[in-house]
Amino acid sequence: MRDEIARRPTKLWRNLNAKIASIPMVLTAVFVFAGGTAWTVLYSFTNSKLLPRLNFIGLTQYERLWETPRWHVAIENLLVYGSLSLVFQLVIGFLLAALLDQKIRFEDTFRTIFLYPFALSFIVTGLVWQWLLNPDYGVQSVVRSLGWESFSFDPLYNSEIVIYGILIAALWQGTGLVMCLMLAGLRGIDEDIWKAARVDGIPMWKTYLFIIIPMMRPVFITTLVIIASGIVRVYDLVVAQTSGGPGIASEVPAKYVYDYMFFAQNLGQGFAASTMMLLSVMIVVVPWAYLEFGRRRHG
Amino acid sequence: MRYGSLRAALAVGAALLAIAPASATDLEVTHWWTSGGEAAAVAELAKAFDATGNHWIDGAIAGSGGTARPIMISRITGGDPMGATQFNHGRQAEELVQAGLMRDLTDLANKEKWTEIIRPKSLLDSCTIDGKIYCAPVNIHSWQWLWLSNAAFEKAGVPVPKNWDEFVAAAPALEKAGIVPLAVGGQPWQATGAFDVLMVAIADKDVFMKVFGDKDEEVAAGPEMAKVFKAADDARRMSKGTNVQDWNQATNMVITGKAGGQIMGDWAQGEFQVAGQVAGKDYTCLPGLGVNEIISTGGDAFYFPRLKDEEKSKAQEVLASTLLNPTTQVAFNLKKGSLPVRGDVDLNAANDCMKKGLDILAKGNVIASTDQLLSQDSQKQKEDLFSEFFANPNLTPEEAQKRFAQIISSAD
Repeated sequence: MRDEIARRPTKLWRNLNAKIASIPMVLTAVFVFAGGTAWTVLYSFTNSKLLPRLNFIGLTQYERLWETPRWHVAIENLLVYGSLSLVFQLVIGFLLAALLDQKIRFEDTFRTIFLYPFALSFIVTGLVWQWLLNPDYGVQSVVRSLGWESFSFDPLYNSEIVIYGILIAALWQGTGLVMCLMLAGLRGIDEDIWKAARVDGIPMWKTYLFIIIPMMRPVFITTLVIIASGIVRVYDLVVAQTSGGPGIASEVPAKYVYDYMFFAQNLGQGFAASTMMLLSVMIVVVPWAYLEFGRRRHG
Repeated sequence: MRYGSLRAALAVGAALLAIAPASATDLEVTHWWTSGGEAAAVAELAKAFDATGNHWIDGAIAGSGGTARPIMISRITGGDPMGATQFNHGRQAEELVQAGLMRDLTDLANKEKWTEIIRPKSLLDSCTIDGKIYCAPVNIHSWQWLWLSNAAFEKAGVPVPKNWDEFVAAAPALEKAGIVPLAVGGQPWQATGAFDVLMVAIADKDVFMKVFGDKDEEVAAGPEMAKVFKAADDARRMSKGTNVQDWNQATNMVITGKAGGQIMGDWAQGEFQVAGQVAGKDYTCLPGLGVNEIISTGGDAFYFPRLKDEEKSKAQEVLASTLLNPTTQVAFNLKKGSLPVRGDVDLNAANDCMKKGLDILAKGNVIASTDQLLSQDSQKQKEDLFSEFFANPNLTPEEAQKRFAQIISSAD
């Protein structure tokens, strides 16, 4: 598209209305997103405390950040939470969608039930699961009252496994949406392909794995982006469920940023942490975008 | 005479109102006083302010100072300031003042002779930046208290301890009776606060001032502090099984006898009061953990953001003088469980624990609070360390002390 404009400038004036209409969004993107990002990165090299100040101190904020045990815990948690929630959401979401796609009865009802948690905010989800996982009121006490006295299940109060307690709530909340996206993808597959596969005698699981899933590539990519962005900014769920505890065992990077910017009144440190978050997203997104869009142009 | 000056102040307030149109001025006041005892106390302030003909709009923000302060600060820096706001005086609002966002109260303070009536002097010093006064202190809160449930010790069959060592010794008996010896809620500031209290009790006032006042790294890494970390290790063991988040839930464990004791500031007293418990009979308080009877003199103060609206600015002055009014001081502090900032008020209605506090205050056994000594940044780092320490038994006292010394060395 851009190449074409370069060759034939007259094209610039085509669809003028549409272009004018998109000016506000372009300006927002440039000044708010890009500008805000640049501003944040710039100030991460300063010793800004409560208010931003241009007093450069080099990489000191970053050195301190990487010496902080809490930041290490946060990064580790993000990796565990991120990789597991990505895998489980995709797998469970796809399986549920495939099952719903078998022309079962009451499909609408099931779809509504599975999607329902998504209608709740992370805060509500977090609070619900905080109660469910509370040893004195939730699952543990129910099972114990049924007679298994020694049953123990208190992920939110155990530093070692607390992040899995948060993962459970995240899966409960997010899988429904993934399922719906996948179902839409499955419905987009031509019936004839299924018929052809059946005529050829290919077993169902093989059809899914080698024919349907590759055909659903765009749906998978959309889903991946939605899940991944949810992972990096996970914050409210942790705040509602554990507020980072026990101790600092369930801290996540976004919470570190917030706490140091607003609670510790140390903007520089918070900016440094958010810049690191941006950097990690870039490391994932840039090569992917390059492959995805670069290839299409040449192909 | 003092009452005379007060009457004069009220007259000035009334005069200001007379100049302003007859309609009452609404002033939004934000604070984080939301527990039972606190809400009862803040209602007294609202009542007193409404009596001046203005109107107090309550802007309570739930979730304790950690949640509330960022909201307050972003409203002030974001150009939507409230009429007045609570902070712990000290360094929390330092930069807001330096940025010129807060109102200078020096004229009012001179007129009402705040320097003469407010004691200890350090309270007003914390409100003073470059010789100008920016806040009105309303109470003195001290952290150095151990609250014990008499019922819990009775159930465990041991006498109520008189100091920290006896308390540690009684812990196994409490545990045997199914009682958590020491309640420490999950909010990070609770673990940090408990540690600071242990520090004054186990080491002493000098060590406390050297570490937090002078930021002396060597003392922080030294043998005196090692003893404190050892005691913190005991406290950590005793706090296992608390499983609550908020401080008032932890206090409630002591009130109901589910926990033996809690290290908490004197604001816990408001909760005992709301629950109808009597000091000495239902619960026992040990200032300075019964070891070093010293209290810190941090507290709450109201800051007044600079406003464009002239009527509201006038109402701010009325509020400031109302807060320091002797009647308001007594009514508010009795409900809150804190000590009044003026030495000239009558506190006969005070209970045993408050009287102990007043005694210590009169003797001058006071230290500055960490809010006054450390920046919020260092406070937060300390909170991260101690909330991890109390939750993670694998973090040894030695390792924790090393990290503590690092924080002190980089503190500003």
